[in-house]
Amino acid sequence: MSNGVVFDPLNGIDGEKVDIAVKDGKIVKSVSEHRAKKIDVAGMIVMPGGVDIHSHIAGSEVNTGRLLRPEDHFKDSECKTSVTRSGVGYSIPSTFTTGYRYARMGYTTVMNPSMPPLEAKHTHEELNDIPLIDKATYPLLGDWWFVLEYLSQGNIEELARHVAWMINSTKGYAIKIVNPGGLESWGFGHNVTSLDDQIPHFCITPREIILGLCRVNKLLNLPHSVHLHTNNLGKPGNYKTALETMKYVEELANDEKPAVHITHCQFSAFTGDDWRTLGSGAEEIAKYLNGHSHVTIDMGQVIFTDTTTMTADGPFQFGLYELTGNKWVNHDVETETSAGIVPFRYRKKSFAHATQWSIGLELALLVKDSWKIYMTTDHPNGGPFTAYPKIIAWLISKKARKATLKKINPKARSRSLLPSIDRELSFYELAIMTRAGQAKALGLKHKGHLGVGADADIAVYNVNPHKTDPSKEYKKVRKAFKRAAYTIKGGKVVVKNGEVLKHVEGATMWLDVKISEPFKVTADMKRRFREYWTVEYENYPVTDRYLEISQPIPVKAEV
Amino acid sequence: MTSNQRLQAILITGRTIEQGVGKEKGKTSKEYLDGVAICHIDPADLKKLGIKGNVNVQISTIYGSVVVKAVESPRAPHAGIAYMPYGPWANAVIDPDTDSIGMPSLKGISAEIEPAGDKPVLSLTELLKSQFGKEPYAPH
Amino acid sequence: MPHIEAVTCPVCGCLCDDIRLRIEAGKIVEVKNGCAMCESKFLGYCGEHRLSKPLIRKNGELVEVSLNEAVKKAAEILAEANYPLLYGWSSTSCEAIRIGLELAEEVGGVIDNTSTVCHGPSVLSIQDIGIPSCTLGQVRHRADLVIYWGCDPWSAHPRHIERYTSFSDGRFEKSEWKGYLSKTKALIVKKKIEKALKRVFARETPSLSPHVRREPPPTLFKEGRKMIVVDVRRTRSAETADYFIQVEPNRDYELLEALRLLVRDEELEVEEVAGVPVAYLEEVADLMIRCNFGALFFGLGLTMSRGKMRNIDAALSLIRDLNTRTKFTIMPMRGHFNVSGSDTVFTWQTGYPYAVDFSLCYPRYNPGETSAVDVLLRGETDASLIVASDPVSNFPRKAAEHLVKNPLIVIDPHVNATAQMGDVVIPSALVGVEVEGTAYRMDHVPLPLKKVVEPPEGLISDEEILRKILSEVRKIKAGKMEES
Repeated sequence: MSNGVVFDPLNGIDGEKVDIAVKDGKIVKSVSEHRAKKIDVAGMIVMPGGVDIHSHIAGSEVNTGRLLRPEDHFKDSECKTSVTRSGVGYSIPSTFTTGYRYARMGYTTVMNPSMPPLEAKHTHEELNDIPLIDKATYPLLGDWWFVLEYLSQGNIEELARHVAWMINSTKGYAIKIVNPGGLESWGFGHNVTSLDDQIPHFCITPREIILGLCRVNKLLNLPHSVHLHTNNLGKPGNYKTALETMKYVEELANDEKPAVHITHCQFSAFTGDDWRTLGSGAEEIAKYLNGHSHVTIDMGQVIFTDTTTMTADGPFQFGLYELTGNKWVNHDVETETSAGIVPFRYRKKSFAHATQWSIGLELALLVKDSWKIYMTTDHPNGGPFTAYPKIIAWLISKKARKATLKKINPKARSRSLLPSIDRELSFYELAIMTRAGQAKALGLKHKGHLGVGADADIAVYNVNPHKTDPSKEYKKVRKAFKRAAYTIKGGKVVVKNGEVLKHVEGATMWLDVKISEPFKVTADMKRRFREYWTVEYENYPVTDRYLEISQPIPVKAEV
Repeated sequence: MTSNQRLQAILITGRTIEQGVGKEKGKTSKEYLDGVAICHIDPADLKKLGIKGNVNVQISTIYGSVVVKAVESPRAPHAGIAYMPYGPWANAVIDPDTDSIGMPSLKGISAEIEPAGDKPVLSLTELLKSQFGKEPYAPH
Repeated sequence: MPHIEAVTCPVCGCLCDDIRLRIEAGKIVEVKNGCAMCESKFLGYCGEHRLSKPLIRKNGELVEVSLNEAVKKAAEILAEANYPLLYGWSSTSCEAIRIGLELAEEVGGVIDNTSTVCHGPSVLSIQDIGIPSCTLGQVRHRADLVIYWGCDPWSAHPRHIERYTSFSDGRFEKSEWKGYLSKTKALIVKKKIEKALKRVFARETPSLSPHVRREPPPTLFKEGRKMIVVDVRRTRSAETADYFIQVEPNRDYELLEALRLLVRDEELEVEEVAGVPVAYLEEVADLMIRCNFGALFFGLGLTMSRGKMRNIDAALSLIRDLNTRTKFTIMPMRGHFNVSGSDTVFTWQTGYPYAVDFSLCYPRYNPGETSAVDVLLRGETDASLIVASDPVSNFPRKAAEHLVKNPLIVIDPHVNATAQMGDVVIPSALVGVEVEGTAYRMDHVPLPLKKVVEPPEGLISDEEILRKILSEVRKIKAGKMEES
């Protein structure tokens, strides 16, 4: 691939003309000139394939969302072609369509952030049916009874061994926590409202769960930090909870690796006492992040559209149902977690929705270091991932922000910090926020960069950074990022000019966590298993046959 | 009370454990025939029909007619309700209308029940042949 | 290996996975932990009712052929058809269903699963209202009130009560099995007295336990788990319950709406609803509001009787309303062992759970139009492929007539009415016994199906048969492309 303008932040390449050689699915130093297939990408942007750290694309919750909303699919269908399968799109696309649409935007790696361990096989079966991208998935562990029990006994090491077992059993990639303590309380229809609430029946607080699992994460040497959906998510005034959470794990900030990733931070950055006094906590959160390095966040940007909200935060989703009166699904999972789904439409003219839109962008622009914040919509919670090019336009162009600001609720506009922010992200910063930073936070060594040895996942966008002023010509950039000129996955051209050329399967990555002594299933564990779950121990783990292309990543733990 | 009485009833179809066991055993098995080609009738209704249990009855609705064995209901009292296990015999008489949602009406159909006299209960193979006029496969 | 532990039972939606089998000389000789249906399946699976050889109808009669010939014939029928129906799927593995969907897309047909004639209305209703639900373990651990409405778990899901609800031991709620035993003993004594009285006085005595119009017993308000059954008949499950409400046929909707009003503290100005005194209903509504965790299970008594999906609307709305007062969940009692999985795979590949039409090259969904019974009643299909199901038995006769009239391909391990009427019949190995796979329990928990014995010689899985047909169809289509 020659003559492209390359943005490869992990290797410090900022808009230079660099030729890239690919062989056997990997980036190599050079290939033989006359035998290789050459692609001339002169005047185009070349970046590593996009990486998404948080996008709900598979599993029981996502699929129930699909089932719940035929009206969401009716308006957006994809026909079968000679190379692609048919499907439906919009806010919760069917599996094949999900893969095609990510690849069309130049994305090649997507992390599915919420997997109930008991239903992990389902998640993996769906991931198998998502083509063109590599995937991984995070098991929900924050309210697992084993976690609550070992932590209340203060037995961190034993817990770490069980978490290692769980990650291996579910073929997971990171520890996911959602509204810690809130989900167990939701089992009887309650919730927790502060980090210090006692969780009924378990003598433990959300604070202890977060710190405990962050410690476990360090003990196990997991490549990603704990992936946390905070308490009080979606409630006015909750920025305090988010800040308190970040401060509380400061003590673990003893090395270069972040201790916690606060996901879809926009939803946790509200000031105010109620929906009328809602305001932005982005400034406070950005200030904190600018002074500390143990936290990373992603945006959870809101898009003005009709979408489907789905989280493991059962009580939050119930609140959303009460707020909207829309149809509502709840799905509690024994011994582990919960989930809820509510369709939702973000309106420009709504004060709250417009404020949320503003908060997401404020966070992205006020956090100075792009390595600490990543672009997401918490798909499909803030809007579908297909809206990423829109966000890109807002990030690189004040003019684009202004154009949208003009149309939103006047009260939200007058309170928005956006008019006072002049920052416009460069393509280099954009490459950090959409791939390099995400790959780094995830500890994915072979992703998010174009150095020798990396996976040959490459995105090419037909826009010339030397001849285009993104600030003024944001529409041109938006269009280019919507339909990649080329998407190369594992060395194969899978998309050209926004059209899918090939249906190739992507791999599922998972952590093979090795602890000092192999995990023994004791009689006690089997007994507890029988008592806690309604399935047998033998039938619980995700066996190898559930991963069509399995890519284990070995991790050596300190327990 | 004479025999050859007719009885108006509401027909319900559903599962029974015998139907479940018979279905797992095999649809051409005797267990299946015995468990499915039947109709549970309330003792009071049997009296009205002038018959006892284990006598063949003809069940007719506007959709069709079929002969099955009357069985005194173990789940009485439910006078006026007749109960048939799911299966081809019941499906000969149920309402095919799906009300535009795909689902035929399998419960709560008005039916007429009368003693069948000498008319036999057809085996699955016989029933298929009489219904569809195609030669059913007969396993050895 | 004499014993195999933790085998998943491929019969009903309970998908019990604690079955223990003893194998001797390649045969299952003993089943532990299973119900009667489970035993019948594992012990009777290789009886005379198995299909052993592929068959094709020649000169009006089904004759034995080779697998290749049968596969080729099936592929020809499907490739030539304008609008084939691919139906069944609920009693096979998710792996087979995946291929089935690909095949349906390839031939531009309509694909439907048995939800269409069982919980189809429930799905439609969920799409209107949503559903507050949970996995079965939540019920086991937490439910202090269990309601079965229009379903008879003792008959259709024999271990449901024992494994997941009233007779199971959970973290916060305990089994009511002992209480039930003493109640049953008392009942037997009562019946004996009744019989003796009958003998002595030689005349009919009124039943000592008329369930109709019986008021809620005081036991209903005790501590611990309570169970209520609502049905048109006094089923076996009803006898197990603390309280049985006998609803008049086709009037469930009224009863549900009445409870909804009572849960909202409205007054009902009638004496009774659907044959049940309002005074009793008020006590039931009170119980529902006061419980810590309620669980309502509903069956075909609601989906198939008058009102169909409107009944489910009312049930879902009732439970949704209750969640503003307490914690309450609701779940359909899915029948076939993998009907949930069938809905699940359909949904992830196409966006829709059943009744998916590929005739326009993209998935289209409109039950009532694209559902199996409807396309058959309208006489639109010109061929069918039936996998692991028996629509000739289970569909209304008029629909079955159209099915039988057109070329009919059947893939099934057993002889059934549909296979008997088939034009191409391909026997398959039994999933969960002879080949492995995956199925989804009624609460969407995926479980592996095991291979415990070798399949009879020459038999392959549904998945492999479907793959063969798919590849043959593609060959035929590629050939046609070349010709033109």
